[in-house]
Amino acid sequence: MGLHIQHLLGLEGVSEEDITLILDTADSFYEVLQREIKVVPTLRGKTIVNLFYENSTRTRISFELAEKRLSASPLNFSASTSSVNKGETLRDTIRNIEAMKIDMVVVRHSAAGVPYFLTQCTNAVIVNAGDGLHEHPTQALLDMMTIRQKLGRLKGLKVAIIGDIFHSRVARSNAWGMSTMGMDVVLCGPPTLLPQHRESLGVPVTDNLDEALEGADVVMLLRLQLERQSSGAFPSIREYRDRYGLDLDKLSSLPENVLIMHPGPINRGVELASDVADGPNSVILEQVTNGVAVRMAVLYLLGGGENA
Amino acid sequence: MKKVELLMDSHALDLALTRITHQILERNRDFSRFGVVGMQTRGVYLAQRITRKINEIENLNLVSGTLDVTLYRDDYRMALKQPEVKVTDIPFNINGMDLVLVDDVLYTGRTVRAALDALVDFGRPQTIQLAVLVDRGHRELPIMADYIGKKINTLPRQEVALKVKEIDQEDSLWLMELEEGD
Repeated sequence: MGLHIQHLLGLEGVSEEDITLILDTADSFYEVLQREIKVVPTLRGKTIVNLFYENSTRTRISFELAEKRLSASPLNFSASTSSVNKGETLRDTIRNIEAMKIDMVVVRHSAAGVPYFLTQCTNAVIVNAGDGLHEHPTQALLDMMTIRQKLGRLKGLKVAIIGDIFHSRVARSNAWGMSTMGMDVVLCGPPTLLPQHRESLGVPVTDNLDEALEGADVVMLLRLQLERQSSGAFPSIREYRDRYGLDLDKLSSLPENVLIMHPGPINRGVELASDVADGPNSVILEQVTNGVAVRMAVLYLLGGGENA
Repeated sequence: MKKVELLMDSHALDLALTRITHQILERNRDFSRFGVVGMQTRGVYLAQRITRKINEIENLNLVSGTLDVTLYRDDYRMALKQPEVKVTDIPFNINGMDLVLVDDVLYTGRTVRAALDALVDFGRPQTIQLAVLVDRGHRELPIMADYIGKKINTLPRQEVALKVKEIDQEDSLWLMELEEGD
């Protein structure tokens, strides 16, 4: 028993066995979250630092709640109110925090590779909460947990991920994780928002929405970062909505029990119409609930041991 | 690990559970607020069997609950590899209830301590009683059982292993001993 990985840096290269163990454990924590008292004493005495160099509401709150429900002591750090403004390096920041005897670090940073870098300068367990354009592994895990919960399996299901693939670490983590679990992933977006070295993701990439939606069991819409329009990646929000946004009309061509997912926050009326986001196929709020359970599972499985 | 002695065969095991069931029934008469909870893994099957016997004798339809105490253990900080978190499913509200907690082997008492902490998180039972198939001694905490199938003397290097036909294809209780190299 136990994970083969010591840190959760991404899902690329993580085995099917490890992902399955995390998802199974998350199902047990899901049950804990249904109880009247939603706290278990498992990580009592462990200090977990939430090191957020990038803004985040959902992920940070979700991790903090997961930590509190495991009885760990969370310590929140946000770059905007710290000595980072005084020019402290990342290495110095983490060495100073570590000197205060902490056990785990949950990190989000705008630069890819920061979680890996941290494993090289501390002994603490590192969990990636999103690094640059690289990975966001706990998001992909909660997506898979939600799909498994709703459809009973992962293997053989087809998932269409639609939107700004180039800038999406969610798409990357899902492409790797879901492929490992035997799912068929297809990535779709405007040509200007698709990654250049797309073959390295190991899944088909297309700019044709109908092709991507063909036979999909799950459709995941990504947030369109509206500020990208000024960079010329797409001509207008209206054109993006018409070509790549999911509305009731496009939904009607999909199977009746298709799952509609979104990592949030949603641009209502852009990538996802409100009546679809709030409709019977949407599992967006279940994703949020499952996020806490998945993060509890990750912290539990990585957090044991005297020297963790 | 090698087998040293067969402590109970299938028939002896059934007799012990029947006796425990009758002892439970002597003490608990208000079935409107009575429940049985089995501890993962094999306590779950013993709890199901005791519940079935109670239902037969008293003509009831009780369903037993399942409790996994992994998250409440006190050795998490020591273990490098984490034990699997198994299912917990208590299909009734335990507030005000008389609960019988069922486990296969009572040894150090640490698992029962964890179970008591876990149950308290589900509510406030009126009483919690403990039923075990075997009490093998060597307690490390002030915990005792209310219903005991068999009391035996063991050495610390020995283990008591229950097999149940639901998952092990046979009913038997064995005294085992560590071998060199275990």
